[in-house]
Amino acid sequence: MTRSAASSGNVRTPEDAHDRWIDVRGLQKIYRPRKSEPTHALADVDFTVRKGEFVAVVGPSGCGKTTLLKILAGLVQRSEGTVRISGVDVDGPKREVGMVFQAPTLLPWRTILENVLVPVEVQKLDRTAHRKRAVELLDMVGLGGFADKYPNELSGGMQQRAGICRALVHDPAVLLLDEPFGALDAMTREYMNVELLRIWRESRKTAVLVTHSIPEAVFLSDRVIVMTPRPGRIAEIIDIDLDRPRDLSIMASDAAGVYVERIRRYFNNSGVIN
Amino acid sequence: MASLNTAPSKPDAAPAATAAPRRRRRLDLHERPELILVPAVFVVVVLAWQFLTVPLGIKEYVLPRPTQILDAFVAQLGSPAFWSNVRVTVTEALTGFVIAAVGAILVGTFVAQVRVVERTVMPYVVAIQTIPKVAIAPLMVVWFGFGAESKIIMAAVIAFFPVLVNVIAGLKSADADKVEMLTSFGASKFQIFRMVRLPSALPFIFAGLDIGVVFSILGAIVGEFIGAKEGLGYQLLQANYNFDIPGLFAVLLALSVLGIVAHLIVRYANRRIVFWNSGDRGGAH
Repeated sequence: MTRSAASSGNVRTPEDAHDRWIDVRGLQKIYRPRKSEPTHALADVDFTVRKGEFVAVVGPSGCGKTTLLKILAGLVQRSEGTVRISGVDVDGPKREVGMVFQAPTLLPWRTILENVLVPVEVQKLDRTAHRKRAVELLDMVGLGGFADKYPNELSGGMQQRAGICRALVHDPAVLLLDEPFGALDAMTREYMNVELLRIWRESRKTAVLVTHSIPEAVFLSDRVIVMTPRPGRIAEIIDIDLDRPRDLSIMASDAAGVYVERIRRYFNNSGVIN
Repeated sequence: MASLNTAPSKPDAAPAATAAPRRRRRLDLHERPELILVPAVFVVVVLAWQFLTVPLGIKEYVLPRPTQILDAFVAQLGSPAFWSNVRVTVTEALTGFVIAAVGAILVGTFVAQVRVVERTVMPYVVAIQTIPKVAIAPLMVVWFGFGAESKIIMAAVIAFFPVLVNVIAGLKSADADKVEMLTSFGASKFQIFRMVRLPSALPFIFAGLDIGVVFSILGAIVGEFIGAKEGLGYQLLQANYNFDIPGLFAVLLALSVLGIVAHLIVRYANRRIVFWNSGDRGGAH
């Protein structure tokens, strides 16, 4: 497929649009701070994500993976290249994107339910219909009884789950997750991974997860994008051919172990992990 | 200490429900010794004042004893003229405070939104803050007369700046993370202001209001000092001219009570409105 055909949306076949639901080509990001040297954060990043696919981006700190996610979210301007979601150029935050952040970033003066409804309020959507949806989402993540509590009455894991509900409440097609479980302890993290997989399966979203945990990426994803640091480039995109639905026991399988080793080797070779 | 630990040693098989608050109260005294020390210091100072002034040869018409002041204060409480003066001063201070608070919140919001405005206005705010605003009281009386207006304006001018500075600082205090979160959902500048910047500013705004409300009483009194026919400031000067020192102290006492009540009202409103900022609420488990 040539570049010119892909760049004019109406020429594309439906299957093509489906396969290139998220379409990133020749992406470059250079930060140019006024008083210091420019930083080349991302170089020649090309990848696509199919509709309904779960893709993880792994890489050591400083490889630009959060920058990549923020460009997808329309929060950071790219320097060069094209970034399209469902055929539309990303030039700012988009309605069809829901983002989960490193910290829960709940508003402490709103109840959990009011926090989940933030996107609904921002986008002036129908309140009553979405209120019902928000309650269902909270039930789904096991926070049904906490709708009227305030964030500081919940544990970190519970707050993060509320953050996931907030990202899903306006029914976006794409879910972007920026190291959402990095701050949680190992046990809660595994539990949240299983939860996330279930939420993803039930909601059929296209998901892009940024993480520095290789097992987490393997467990959750259909494909893993491995990045190398400074400037961030794609080293390899690995298909994770593990049966779904998955549970944690799959991580004990040889197949999963091989994937984890294969990805880890990149970081061993580049010397960023000893 | 003994009076605070009310429970007689081990009470009759205390049920769990009452045991918890009792334990918390004892813990409070351990962690917050000031709960005892603050009243203790008051008692020691007042007792020393009461019983040492005469042996030390301090004249009563220079420094009356606490009991004399209390007598004078109680006498004032029965005087309609005193209550009329309280009403005048409170009205002046409160009106000035409301003008200052509303004005400072509006101006501060505008200044904090537009960077050019902020950079232009802030040097003047800093410069004006260094002027002792009490010094303009005579001018206010010349411009606005001996009536309530000049006192209201003094109260407003003095209360305005602490609120303004806190509004500006507060509106700039919002977490970048929270702003980014709202941006990612497509929030407009005004939505970000309403949903994040303003609530984030409230603790600062209340800190400003707390200072401002006390300053507004100061402003009203200073205005009354310069020229007035009524109000607590006027009454204080009258007591001074008549060498009625216990009466003077009684007015001072009344003014402290007013200041403390004003402070407590603002603090109560703060706790109710900025409920998430108290820190000891619920807690994560």
